[in-house]
Amino acid sequence: MTGQDGVGDARSRLLASDVARLGVSGLVARPTRAVLSALGIAIGIAAMIAVVGISTSSRAQLTATLDQLGTNLLTASQGTDFFGESVSLPLTAGASAGNVDGVESAATTGSVPDTGVYRNSRVPDGNTNGITLRTASPRLLEVLEAEVATGSWLTAGTAQYPVVVLGAEAAELLGVAEAGRHVVIADSEYVVAGILEPVPLAAEIDSSALVGEVAGESLAGEPVAPTTVYTRVDPERVEQVRELIAPTIQPRSPSDVEVTRPSDALAAKQAADQAFTGLLVGLGSVALLVGGIGVANTMVISVLERRREIGLRRALGATKPHIRRQFLAEALFLSALGGVAGVVLGTGVTAVFAVSKGWPVSIPPVVLAGGLAATLVIGALAGLWPAVRAARIPPTEALQS
Amino acid sequence: MSAVIELTGVTREYGRPPTTALDGVSLRVDHGEMVAVVGPSGSGKSTLLNVLGTLDRPTSGTVAVDGVDVATQSDAQLSALRAHRIGFVFQQFHLSDGVCATDNVADGLLYTGTPIRERRRRATEALHRVGLGHRLTHRPNQLSGGERQRVAIARAVVHRPPLLLADEPTGNLDSRAGEGIVALLHELHAEGTSIVVITHDVELARRLPRRVTIRDGRVADDSARASETATVSVGRPDLGAGS
Repeated sequence: MTGQDGVGDARSRLLASDVARLGVSGLVARPTRAVLSALGIAIGIAAMIAVVGISTSSRAQLTATLDQLGTNLLTASQGTDFFGESVSLPLTAGASAGNVDGVESAATTGSVPDTGVYRNSRVPDGNTNGITLRTASPRLLEVLEAEVATGSWLTAGTAQYPVVVLGAEAAELLGVAEAGRHVVIADSEYVVAGILEPVPLAAEIDSSALVGEVAGESLAGEPVAPTTVYTRVDPERVEQVRELIAPTIQPRSPSDVEVTRPSDALAAKQAADQAFTGLLVGLGSVALLVGGIGVANTMVISVLERRREIGLRRALGATKPHIRRQFLAEALFLSALGGVAGVVLGTGVTAVFAVSKGWPVSIPPVVLAGGLAATLVIGALAGLWPAVRAARIPPTEALQS
Repeated sequence: MSAVIELTGVTREYGRPPTTALDGVSLRVDHGEMVAVVGPSGSGKSTLLNVLGTLDRPTSGTVAVDGVDVATQSDAQLSALRAHRIGFVFQQFHLSDGVCATDNVADGLLYTGTPIRERRRRATEALHRVGLGHRLTHRPNQLSGGERQRVAIARAVVHRPPLLLADEPTGNLDSRAGEGIVALLHELHAEGTSIVVITHDVELARRLPRRVTIRDGRVADDSARASETATVSVGRPDLGAGS
């Protein structure tokens, strides 16, 4: 007889490509079920990626903003003394701050007390709309890196005359859209020379009307003391300079000067958002877990329904590991299907959200790869037990009707 | 002639307290033989087929396939035996509705490690062999019962096994389709395949060269009759006799 000695060496073999084919065909045979259980995984992954993606996009936006605004702006403001009284800065504060080693440029504003800015003379006194009149030193625009939206900044000439530059919000409140219009300050008409763009690092400027120091002095009847000193500092030496500014401005009571770094406030706000992101990622992982249970459930049902097919395969020569691999492959494909859909969905949601907010779209590739890897781990875990059960089904099952 | 499969004193019990499905069965099938196993339902026929096909192991007694004792073989080794040396035909066909006839037949080679192209080529060949060359791309639900059983037979013989085991192959078919299947089994036998057909159909059994009657888990009768086919079945050992 030929081939009789083949019993010993002919082995039962299942090619890897056939394992993949079996896994896919098992899903294709029941498409609705496959799609629904993959959907669970997809929603979990999409939620995770969207949460992380939106958070990183907003951080990318902040980084871009800080890069643009610079993190080397230090602000010194008048503080309050031991008794809660506000202590005004000396008139020379701007000049002394400018002399600190490491300060590249300095400028001041000083609020002019009890002086409202009105749209016209018919507006009753006191309806100031929260607009503060401030004097501005000539280099303020440069130090803040602020932009003029329309018109021009105060010049050495216009600073002496009844000329005003409005912050973005102040202009809107006064209904002034272009330079050349008039507003009323202390019963006199002032010409609006220009309107500023919003200044993110010094939001108080937005609600201010700015006049030259000479004009301010004539309004107040005396030189206006600076209330805030803005300094641009050598980026390498921000922390050292920060220590020096207060003692330089107020040598006798440095603690009465508040020195802040406005970019820190923006970063701190971002850090608060991070905590919230952690919570959302937690929720996303719960969704993913539920999705994984859905896959496990689908696989368990599939194994129960296919006892005869499993018996047939055993009769055709499948070993237990072959059956195990088939069902494991099916579970892996199922969750990978969900994973890919989830990555696409999550990326889409992030992109739409970020673009609608005007942020750059930023999703770390490691998050996408991690999302896919997570689905494979979930698929393997969810498929393991059903696959082991499938392999335990006795081959005689094929003959039972 | 050597035995393609040989059972010696095989007993199979199930459950607790044990029910005896096979009770000391000794049966030897030689290469090139065609045997009908007949018996009423519940007589232990299906258990016998499971044991013959190495799908089930006996509680006691020995089963040898090509002289190799099944008891010494691991699950993987028995799987290999089935993949290469045994073909199964079932009463309910067990075809996959989602794929065409060719791919159903190609599955008969799935666990031999044969690449898909070669599997399909040989499946096409096998379908021609069973007279279904014109039904290659049809799905099982587009085929008649007789045609489905032919597809199942093609799957069972696509790897050219020395032994074909058929469990009530005509059980779900009308008499004309059944005739065709019997004729096909005779053809395969003529080509050299050893065939064991399990059936409760005495008419069908009468037309096979050798009949083994099972009753209550025992071999009640094992008598041969003059062969109608070209292949002479000389192997007619006495029960339990070695060669």
